[in-house]
Amino acid sequence: MSIASDTITEKSGYKLHVVQTDKYKTNTLVLKMKAPLTKEDVTYRALLPYVLQSNTSKYPTTPELRSYLDDLYGAGFYVDVAKKGEYQIISFTIDIVNEKFLSDSTPLLEKAFGLLSEVIFNPKKNGEAFDAKTVSNEIRSLKQRIQSISDDKMRYSATRLVEEMCKNEPYALEASGNLQDLETMTPESLYAYYKKVLTEDEIDLYVIGDIDESEVGALADKYVSLQERVPVRLSRKPGKEVEKEKEIIENSDVKQGKLNIGYRTQVAYGDPDYYALQLFNGIFGGFSHSKLFINVREKASLAYYAASRLESHKGLLMVMAGIENANYKQALDIIHAQMKEMKQGNFSEEELAQTKAVVKNQLLETIDVSRGLVEILYHNVVSGQDISLDDWFAKTERTTKEEIIAVGQKIQLDTIYFLTEAEVQG
Amino acid sequence: MEKITFTQLKEELFHEKMDNGLEVYILPKSGFNKSFATFTTNYGSIDNHFKPLNGTEFSKVPDGIAHFLEHKLFEKEDGDVFQQFSKQGASANAFTSFTRTAYLFSSTSDFDRNLTTLIDFVQDPYFSEKTVEKEKGIIGQEINMYDDNSDWRLYFGTIANMYHQHPVKIDIAGTVESIADITKDMLYECYNTFYHPSNMLLFVVGPVDVESTMKLIRDNQNNKGYNEQPAVERKFDEEPEVVAKDKEVLRMNVQTPKVMLGIKAINVHQSGLELLKRELATNIYLEMLFGKSSPLHEELYEEGLIDQSFSYDYTQEQGFGFALIGGDSAKPDELTESLFAILQKSKAGTGLNEESLQRTIKKKIGSFLRSLNSPEYIANQFTRYAFNDMNLFDVVSVLEKLTIEDIREVAKDLISDQRMTVCQVLPK
Repeated sequence: MSIASDTITEKSGYKLHVVQTDKYKTNTLVLKMKAPLTKEDVTYRALLPYVLQSNTSKYPTTPELRSYLDDLYGAGFYVDVAKKGEYQIISFTIDIVNEKFLSDSTPLLEKAFGLLSEVIFNPKKNGEAFDAKTVSNEIRSLKQRIQSISDDKMRYSATRLVEEMCKNEPYALEASGNLQDLETMTPESLYAYYKKVLTEDEIDLYVIGDIDESEVGALADKYVSLQERVPVRLSRKPGKEVEKEKEIIENSDVKQGKLNIGYRTQVAYGDPDYYALQLFNGIFGGFSHSKLFINVREKASLAYYAASRLESHKGLLMVMAGIENANYKQALDIIHAQMKEMKQGNFSEEELAQTKAVVKNQLLETIDVSRGLVEILYHNVVSGQDISLDDWFAKTERTTKEEIIAVGQKIQLDTIYFLTEAEVQG
Repeated sequence: MEKITFTQLKEELFHEKMDNGLEVYILPKSGFNKSFATFTTNYGSIDNHFKPLNGTEFSKVPDGIAHFLEHKLFEKEDGDVFQQFSKQGASANAFTSFTRTAYLFSSTSDFDRNLTTLIDFVQDPYFSEKTVEKEKGIIGQEINMYDDNSDWRLYFGTIANMYHQHPVKIDIAGTVESIADITKDMLYECYNTFYHPSNMLLFVVGPVDVESTMKLIRDNQNNKGYNEQPAVERKFDEEPEVVAKDKEVLRMNVQTPKVMLGIKAINVHQSGLELLKRELATNIYLEMLFGKSSPLHEELYEEGLIDQSFSYDYTQEQGFGFALIGGDSAKPDELTESLFAILQKSKAGTGLNEESLQRTIKKKIGSFLRSLNSPEYIANQFTRYAFNDMNLFDVVSVLEKLTIEDIREVAKDLISDQRMTVCQVLPK
């Protein structure tokens, strides 16, 4: 039996993914629009979904649009912009109660399709431009959001590491866009960009819930109509080799120093050794039984958090830890030592078995949440692969210690970034 | 074992009170991969003044000790329990709030073994001087991390403005100085006082077999030989109705200013249905004024006073209650003034009409149903409700009965100049 899979139908201009399940009390629609991350477009893409979610031509003010959502039993409606590898992805999500849990039996799924369609295809506009007031409000709001990134020091230091590490690569761009470009946005230029998105982006629509597949197909045909297109796919090039390790120390007014370290792995989702990399990360720093947690936190008592994570589509492994400013060298030494242990295969079969169990547990938990399931299924779209969850589990299970040591040989330290209050003693 | 059926919601809840006083609830959820259990004691950061078990005098303990104890329970003589859980494919965690300390795990296999591990580790404390000292370094870093977080500082700044005496104004983790005083004996004293089964609740949710799970818990508890223990006596000093401070400005390394307005509630000794109604009505009131479908929200947004970070919430527990409203704002003083004005006018009914009430109730019912998708939400909220003698599954029926008079009543009771305060975080 398959663990969870989507039935995919090619529609005109997009793919429809349907997952039938009776475990939720809601039905969820997620529309994803994907295009390469570029300097020219990044800020347009960051702004566009927020303008679209503000109002539509049928619901010309936010209170009118939001009142309609409230009337649909508080349907949840969110937009989001993220990067996955070197793509920038816009998501629209509607989460709506399945009417069988209500005394009122209005067909809510169809209303959700209608609303999604209204938001995407029928914005409030003025000729070939978005409504000027809406655009200026959203520019101001995005500006504040961009500025607030630096107010959260954990997030700021993670962002700065990527900026420094991936200089001159698209991945250095922040998915929320930048202030300079924001100054140049106009209702006309954003509208022109919107037209481009509708004709060129790779678009996927996910529908999840206790639903009938053929009914969903018919609703999709009725409400979502797009032109055929050949989406831009980035070629899968091998990751960049590290020429020279970088160490960047930045001073700021922080009580706790934020240490972030980036490694290049040369391995991405869909590569045969991706499963081994995922387990490598798990043993190294992904969980509370991992080497980083045990050695930096539990043994040396240096940190509250010390962990690592993968950026699966770009092939990066990132470490983050919050430490006393004065403990920089000590923390760094411990982290380097753990990486060395990993590369030399100094981890037990027991640690490996433990990590496999936890990785599997984490995946199963993620797909219990409908939006989590969409994120997992969407990996295939981003990477152009067709890996089922069953495959994913089977391959993780079969991975050997030798394969993990082998993938470790590909991992190279690239950049160390430290945000700290004081001068660091060399 | 008692079975409670919620027909409309298509849920069945099983309940049993064990002989030692432990309350156990099981909510079977088929179709899910994940099982989830929380083991919670009715003991949080505000419980710092109490009669220790077998003691006759009230004693006060250092700030942050409930949270410190939470950290330390994971450590045993032969290693830490995180390891044990991850060997069994589970992930474990814990949190301390003002009023509760919860231990939890989630797993997609080996449920019985993980549940046993959870119950056993919480009921088998091991504290040594050495590990207590070591923990001070880790928790010190946790405190520093929150100190750098402007949203957290704003939140606690606002609460500290409201309260003169009540320990809700103290940061849950305490301070680097206060935790320095904690010893292993103090931890045992707090443990023995608050971790008796009769002060605790176990909640299980997931694709589990009810009978065998209940039997496992029964057998586990029967083997442990707990003696009966009287209810804990806690002490809270008299708290004035008015706020302690009207305004506080914190200077931090931020680019965007932040504003939070706090309203201190009075008559905060309700429980059961009365508390549930008060809490829901107050949340509906705030939603009607400040929700995205309200014209007032639109005005604030159009004037550039708020952005997407704007939020509002009301919480009430035994002895304290407050509404918090705020977010990032380029114009912190203008936002402060506008919020005060809106709240004052609402006292006369402005913004509170029948149509908007009905819409908001619908919205709240929908979001409640949506949150039932989440086993974590069910377990955590159910426990919190139960400690206040409320039932999570009464939410829909209470919401359906709210009238516009109830909401206007809330505005009249809640809003008073003397009970409102503001905290701002401004760039240095």
